[in-house]
Amino acid sequence: MKLNGAQILIDCLKSEGVKHIFGYPGGAVLHIYDALNVCTVIDHILVRHEQGAVHAADGYARTSGKCGVALVTSGPGLTNAVTGIATAFTDSIPMVVVSGQVPSPVIGSDAFQEVDAVGITRSCVKHNFLVKNADDIAETVKKAFYIATTGRPGPVLIDITKDATIAETEYEGYPKTIKMRSYQPEVQVDAEQIKKAIAIIEKAKKPIIYSGGGSVIGNASKALTTLTHNTGFPITQTLMGLGAFPATDKQSLGMLGMHGTYESNMAMHDSDCIITVGARFDDRITGNLEKFCPYAKIIHIDIDPSTIGKVVGVDVSIIGQVNDVLQALIQSLDTKKLENIDSWWKQINDWRSVDSMAYRTKQGVIKPQTVIEALYEVTKGEAIVTSDVGQHQMWAAQYYPFDKPRRWINSGGLGTMGFGLPAAMGAKLADPDRDVACVTGDGSIQMMLQELSTMLQYHTPVKIININNGYLGMVRQWQEFFYEKRYAMSYMDALPDFVKLAESYGHIGIRVEKEADLKPALIEAFKQKDRTVFIDILTDPTENVFPMIPSGAGHHEMLLAGRDEMASTNDSGLNLV
Amino acid sequence: MRHIISVMLENEAGALSRVAGLFSARGFNIESLTVAATNDPTLSRMTIVSVGDDNIIEQIVKQLEKLIDVVKVIDLTATEHVERELLLVKIDVNPNTQADIDRQIDQFSGKIIDVSEDTYLIEVAGQSKKINEFLDSLDASKILEVSRTGVTGVCQKREG
Repeated sequence: MKLNGAQILIDCLKSEGVKHIFGYPGGAVLHIYDALNVCTVIDHILVRHEQGAVHAADGYARTSGKCGVALVTSGPGLTNAVTGIATAFTDSIPMVVVSGQVPSPVIGSDAFQEVDAVGITRSCVKHNFLVKNADDIAETVKKAFYIATTGRPGPVLIDITKDATIAETEYEGYPKTIKMRSYQPEVQVDAEQIKKAIAIIEKAKKPIIYSGGGSVIGNASKALTTLTHNTGFPITQTLMGLGAFPATDKQSLGMLGMHGTYESNMAMHDSDCIITVGARFDDRITGNLEKFCPYAKIIHIDIDPSTIGKVVGVDVSIIGQVNDVLQALIQSLDTKKLENIDSWWKQINDWRSVDSMAYRTKQGVIKPQTVIEALYEVTKGEAIVTSDVGQHQMWAAQYYPFDKPRRWINSGGLGTMGFGLPAAMGAKLADPDRDVACVTGDGSIQMMLQELSTMLQYHTPVKIININNGYLGMVRQWQEFFYEKRYAMSYMDALPDFVKLAESYGHIGIRVEKEADLKPALIEAFKQKDRTVFIDILTDPTENVFPMIPSGAGHHEMLLAGRDEMASTNDSGLNLV
Repeated sequence: MRHIISVMLENEAGALSRVAGLFSARGFNIESLTVAATNDPTLSRMTIVSVGDDNIIEQIVKQLEKLIDVVKVIDLTATEHVERELLLVKIDVNPNTQADIDRQIDQFSGKIIDVSEDTYLIEVAGQSKKINEFLDSLDASKILEVSRTGVTGVCQKREG
């Protein structure tokens, strides 16, 4: 069958089972859009900015577990997409981004809307391709999806020149299989390593499971829960891992790291055996490496061999799909051989009784923590919550206990402000029957505001919870603690009237200024099943995120709200910022 | 410690920049890098000399293996291997120094590949250490131009 390159591309995407593409047209992709226009099985979501397209595809992928797809034009279309691609890369999200490129004869001539897309994205994709020939499109698309979704997932860019989309060629259908001699993501779990790990686990008197984003992305929630229940071990989860193990289970110690719970961090510090599951010892988790887990033997389970020993030396590494490794551990582990850890639990419960998540309410102001607790109550803990980046992100992670994976969608690794709103749109398209809340702040929301327009056009009703404190709160907090309260450029003067703004985009706007109005407003908002509601909540502008490990400190040196004066950080700590 | 890392990679546009980009993005150091096609035209062989402790070299190898275009990575320094580098050096000569220089070239098994009225173009091949020594043996003020290929190498046993 003779087809042009654009038609081949669309047929390939169809054959991959793609249902939604987030994109924005332009000169270099006009042929692709022409072919997409007559395709009835793929819905195209016309965003208002290419960064929004990639974040939406990302939110879609995180919610559904499928590969997200975005389509952008050459030049500025691609450069606008880069932040989104880097966000997905850092959090290992499966995604294929197709970008247009100028015609191949003019590549390198500084043509209109030309950038070196492959060069610009090289360090923030799992792989990328430049396709200059229609004959290569089908195989490249097959490779792109294969690479993006297997092994440690990540974004793959396909840059296609305009002439390749126009040229007609014989198309023999989408390849069924693909083989690449240089990429073999299937890994057999090494039984020897399982044995070594079990030998450590059996001797552990103070064990802890430390689980990360790999447990969510690797669909290992069930196995993780079984292992945790079988062993009776305490478990702590990273920001990216929340929900893989139910937060309301009594074995869950909550999040660890910079703004984790006291019990999580103290247990990590004192532990003699850490079972690391799909986590990568990020600096927000470890704090000062010299003080990190001084007594523990560390077992590290990961699909990516390069994460082993990258930051922290480990005693046993087990390479493989997290789910496969956990299954192997569950099968090989004789729980009768485990040490009695009653005294360890007693110690942990003592730390728990410190109640590190307690916060002081104040008459006349709404505390941001109260907002998240009310959101949890109103949605019965069943919503998908996306967030932007900053204080509100931490409060959402701390005060909304996630019991299921793929319900908490945030930019953990790159920390991309502007992620939350388009991600919520993608999440809603992936799971249309579920309530989706976007927890954001007055700073973050203004980075991707324009997507309110897309959300009206494509009918993706979400509830925007704007923690409005007038500040770039996390910046303000650090300035208060570490820069002697010199609040350099962290105050947002001249905020828009968010209620009118939402209304002008065709949505509902509600402002909440008193705590008494908070819950009724949320209830009212979530009743509006078919509408996007922007709930602008004026919260305490001086509130800080606690508990906190100041940069440069160890896990056992946490600061607790209202109990500790924040000491200024030392020089090595400032370097860690 | 100095390591020689041999990388077999797909002979495709952009593969070289993926490797070079990896080194700069992750702050690994490169002393030299050579690349050319092999007997299999779809494969290139890249030889990288880098300096780092064991942890860094381990990371370099793992990060290289992670690149989709990379088929195989071997730390040659971990096995018995042969390394060679080629030097081209242009120097001033005059009747007073010529005899000395001829002797040095002999001693290092070098070759004079071009002669002009007052210059020599010399070729020396061997381990980098030997090339350094040869250069050190010359009068620095007489060296006009130096071009080195960087190290290439193979391991000695049959299966690399």
